[in-house]
Amino acid sequence: MDLLATALPALNEAFALILQPQQIMFLLAGVLLGLSVGVFPGLGGIAGLSLVLPFVFGMDSVSGLALMVGLVAVIPTSDTFASVLMGIPGSSASQATVLDGFPMAKKGQAARALSAAFISSLFGGLLGASVLTFFILIARPIVLAFGLPEMLMITVLGLSMVAILAGRLPLKGVAAAGLGLMVGTIGEGDAGGSLRMATYDVPYITDGLKLVIVGLGIFAVPEIISLLRQDRAIAKDAQLGAGWYDGIRDWARNIFLSIRCSIIGVLVGVIPGLGGSVVDWIAYGHTVQTAKDKSQFGKGDVRGVIGPESSNNAKEGGGLVPTLIFGIPGSGSMAVFIGGMALLGYDAGPQLITNNLDITYTIVWSLALANVFGAGLCILLSGGIARLTTIRFTLLAPFLFMMISFAAFQSGQSLGDLVALFCVGVLGILMRRFDWSRPAFLIGFVLSTQAENYSFQAYQIASSRFRKGTFEGLEYIFTPIVLVLLVITALSIYYGIKQAKQIMPEGDVPTGAKRAPLVFLIAVSAYFLVSFFQATTISMVTDKLFPMTISFVAVVCCLLLLIRMIRSPETDAVFADREAEGEDADAPHGLWATLGWFALLLVLSALLGFILALAIFFALFLRLRAGLEWSRIALLSGAGIAFLCFLAGTLNRDFPPGLLQSVVELPWPLG
Amino acid sequence: MGTKLLPGAVAFGLLASASILPMQAGADADFSGETIEFVIPFSESGGSAKWANFYAPLLSQALPGEPTVVVKFMPGAGSTKGANWFQNNRTDDGTVIFGTSGSTQFPYLLGDPRVRYDYNDWQVVLASGTGGVAYLPPDLAAQYDGNVANLADVDFIYGSQGATRLDLVPLLAWEMLGLNVEPVFGIKGRGDGRLMFERGEANIDYQTSSSFLSGVMPLVDDGKAVPMMTWGALDADGNIVRDPTFPDIPTFKEVCEATEGCETSGEAWDAWKAFFVAGFPAQKMVFLPGSTDAEIVEAYSAAFDAIKSDDDFGQTAAPVLGVYPQMTRDEAQGALQSATTVSDEATAFVTTWLQERYGVTLN
Repeated sequence: MDLLATALPALNEAFALILQPQQIMFLLAGVLLGLSVGVFPGLGGIAGLSLVLPFVFGMDSVSGLALMVGLVAVIPTSDTFASVLMGIPGSSASQATVLDGFPMAKKGQAARALSAAFISSLFGGLLGASVLTFFILIARPIVLAFGLPEMLMITVLGLSMVAILAGRLPLKGVAAAGLGLMVGTIGEGDAGGSLRMATYDVPYITDGLKLVIVGLGIFAVPEIISLLRQDRAIAKDAQLGAGWYDGIRDWARNIFLSIRCSIIGVLVGVIPGLGGSVVDWIAYGHTVQTAKDKSQFGKGDVRGVIGPESSNNAKEGGGLVPTLIFGIPGSGSMAVFIGGMALLGYDAGPQLITNNLDITYTIVWSLALANVFGAGLCILLSGGIARLTTIRFTLLAPFLFMMISFAAFQSGQSLGDLVALFCVGVLGILMRRFDWSRPAFLIGFVLSTQAENYSFQAYQIASSRFRKGTFEGLEYIFTPIVLVLLVITALSIYYGIKQAKQIMPEGDVPTGAKRAPLVFLIAVSAYFLVSFFQATTISMVTDKLFPMTISFVAVVCCLLLLIRMIRSPETDAVFADREAEGEDADAPHGLWATLGWFALLLVLSALLGFILALAIFFALFLRLRAGLEWSRIALLSGAGIAFLCFLAGTLNRDFPPGLLQSVVELPWPLG
Repeated sequence: MGTKLLPGAVAFGLLASASILPMQAGADADFSGETIEFVIPFSESGGSAKWANFYAPLLSQALPGEPTVVVKFMPGAGSTKGANWFQNNRTDDGTVIFGTSGSTQFPYLLGDPRVRYDYNDWQVVLASGTGGVAYLPPDLAAQYDGNVANLADVDFIYGSQGATRLDLVPLLAWEMLGLNVEPVFGIKGRGDGRLMFERGEANIDYQTSSSFLSGVMPLVDDGKAVPMMTWGALDADGNIVRDPTFPDIPTFKEVCEATEGCETSGEAWDAWKAFFVAGFPAQKMVFLPGSTDAEIVEAYSAAFDAIKSDDDFGQTAAPVLGVYPQMTRDEAQGALQSATTVSDEATAFVTTWLQERYGVTLN
C-alpha cells in the first residue's frame, strides 16, 4: 500500500487547499467564464484561457490554478449546447454528440438530451479524477509503453469506426473517409513541407483546413440550410416533449455504458499525441456495438449522447497525465494551461509529481469539482435553453450564420476562412443529400495527419531496428499492446460491417433519378484522380506516398460504385438522393436559394467588412425571408450585432475586414 | 484597428494582486487608457506564447500610463503570415508591437517564397536569447568522451519538426561531426521529440535550455540521459563560448575541434555558425514598425530596461525564459544584425545541403 501512503496525505493537503472559500470563488469564476465562452463554437477554451492569462501572473498559485482549471474543465461540457441544439459540433470533443443529440432536439427532446449529456459529463469527470488520483503515480511507464506503432494502431482503431458509421453502403463510407483523409492532406506536408493540392500563390491553403471549419462546414451548414428551407422550428411542431428529468433517468439506466465510456476516455486521454479527436468516436462506436437495439442510432438514441459525453470529460482528466508528468500538452487548451502554470512558478514535468504532489492533486480535483459546478449549472439551464428549439428557425438562422462565420474566422483570421467554410459547407450539403457518411468523412479528416505521420515515423524507426536484426524489428512492431489493439480493430471492423446496415447515422434516405448522384460521384472521383497525379509530382517520398495510396484506394472504391450504378436500377441505395422525395424535396424553399443567403453574407463581408455586412444581411433576410416589420428587424439585428461586438471586444478578437476597409480606415468594430 | 476596452480585464485586474510595483519610464510618450496589442505570429500553445504571456503584464506596468497589454495570436504559414501582416500594418503609435522567433528568421534567411517582410523596416526593442543542449542515452554516452569517434557506426534516430526549422542547427552539427543521424520528420514540438527519446525510439535529441532544465534534467538525475554538448553562447566579440547556463557541458565547437574530420572553419562551419546565431542567441525579438516616433521607441526601450533591472526579474524569469541575456537598445540592435545577416555563401551552402541531404526545396 505504498501507493496509498503517498497519495493520501497529498490528497488531504490538496482538499484543504481547494476547499477554501476564496479558491472556490475563483473556481466558480473560471467555470462561469468557461461556460460563457465555451457555448460559442470555435472559440472554446483557448480563447478563454488566453483572456485570463495576463491576470494569472502574480496571483497566488492555488487561486490561479483554480481559475484556469475551472475554465478548462467546462469547455467539453458547455460546447454540448451547440451540438445538441443546433447540430454544430462545438469542438472536437463533441462531434459524435451531434449524431444523436441533434435528432433528439428535432424530436422535441432537447432538454432530455442536454441533461443526459451533462450528467454523463459530470460522472465522466468525477470518475476520471478518481482513476487519475492513483493512476498518475504509476502512469509514467505505462504512457512510455505507447510508442509510435501503438499510437498508429489507436489511430487505425479510430479509423475503423468508419465501418460502423459508413451507412448503408460500406464502399461509400470508405470513399467518404478517403475523401476526409485526402482533404486532411491539403497544404504543406508535415514531414517535408511539400505542397499538396495547394500553391504558395494562395497562402491560405498552404496551412491546410482547420478542424473548426471542416466541422462547421460538414455538419452545421447543411443542417442550418436544411432547417431553414422548412421554415419551422427545430423541434417538430415546436413542442418540447421529455424534460431534463428524463435525461437523468436515461443516464441512470445506462450507468454501465457511462462507466465504460468514461474509462475509454481516461485511457485514450492519457496517451499524448492522440488528443481528444478520436475519443468521442471510439466511445460512440463502442456504444453502438454494445447496444442490443441499434435501430434508433442516428435518429435520436439517448445512448448515442451518453457514450461520447461520458468519455469527453473523462478525457480531460486523462489528458492531465501527459500534460503534468511529461510537460506535453494533450490539447491546445492544455498547452495554454502549461503556459499559465509556468507563470505561477510551476513547471510541468516529472518533478511536479515528485515534488508537488499536493499541487498535482489540487489540479486533478479542481477539475472534478469544476465539472460538478459546470455540469450542475448546465443541467439547471438546460430546460430553459432547450426552448430555443421551439423558436421559428427563420428567426434563428441569421444569428447562426453570424456565429459560425465569426467562429470560422477565428481559426485563421483571414477572409479565406469564410471562403473555406462556404466551400466545405457546399460539400457537406452534397454529402448529406447523396447519403455519403459525414461522420466517416470527419473521422478521416481528423485522423489524416496522425495516420500519415505515425505510419511514416513508425516505418522509419522499424526499418532502423530491422537493420540491427529481424528480431529487434519484430519486437518493436508487434508489442503486446499492438497485438491487442489489432484484435480489437479487427473485431470492430467485422462487427461494424455486419451491423452497419442497421445503423443509419443520417436516417433513411430515399432514392431517385440517376443523374445527380452520378454527377457527384464523378466529381469526387475526379478530385481523387487529380490529387493522385498531383501527389506523383512531389519529389519527397515522405510527402507523396500517403496521398498517393489513399487517393488510389479511394479511386478504386469510386470505380466499384460507378460499376454498381451502371448495373443497378434507380431504386438501388447507391442512388440515394434527399431531393428525390421526402422532407427536403417537399420543403417550401429551394436549396440553392437558401444557400444563396449565406453566400450573400460572405460576399458582403468581403466587400464591406463583417459588421456592416451583418447589418445589411440581417435587414434583408429578416424582411424578405422572415417578413418581419422594420421595428422588430432593427431590434433583433441591433441586439445581435451588439452582442457580437461585446463578445469580440472582451476576447480581443477582430472581425473579417473587406475591400472597404483596405481603402478607408474605419474605427473598430467597423474596420 | 482601433482601441478596445476589456470589460473582463477590469474585473480580473481587481482580483489579481500584482506583486511588482509599477515602474514608470519614458518621459514623453504616454499610453494612459490605451490597449497595446502584442502580436505573436504563432498559436496560443507554443514557446513564443509563453514568452509573450510572461512579458505582457510586466510591460503593462513598466510603460508610461500603464496601458493594458494584450497578447494577440496570429498563427499561420510557420509565422510568415503574421510577419507579412506586420510588414503591412500602418499603426505606428506604439499600440501594436510584434514578437518574432527563430522560426520567423529562418524562412527570411533561406528565401522562403512566402516571405514578404523585411527586418530592415522594423525597429527592435528587445531581443531574448536562449541556448540548446544535445543529449544521449547512457549506453551511447559511455562511448563518448568529448569526441565522437566511437559513435561513427551508430544508427541515430532523431525526432524532428522539419529540416528547415530550428532543427537545421542540430542536424547540421551532427552531420559535421560525421554522425549518422536519421531524422524522423513530422513531430509537433520538441516535447514530442523528448518523449520519443524517453520511449527509446529516438537515441539522440536536443532541447532549448529552459525545456532541458525542466524536462531533461530529471532524466539526467535518474541516469536515463546524459548531456552531450551545448550549441554554446556568443561573447561580446561574437565568439562561441560555453553556455553560461551549462558551464560544465562542452560546446559543439569544442567537440568539433576534438573530432577528426570536423572543421571549425570553412563553409560548413560558417554556415552552421550563421544559422546558430540566427536561431539561438537572438531567438525572440520584439519589434515596432520602422515609422514609429523615436520617443515611443525610447519609451519601450526604457520599459524593457526597467523590467530586466527589477530585483525579482532573474528569479521570475528563470523558469520561463532560462538564464539568458534579455537585450535592449544597442545590444538588441547588434543581436538583430547578427541574426538577420547571413552571408550568401552560408545560405547557398545550407540550401544545397537541404536539397541534397533531405530533398527539401524551398519554392
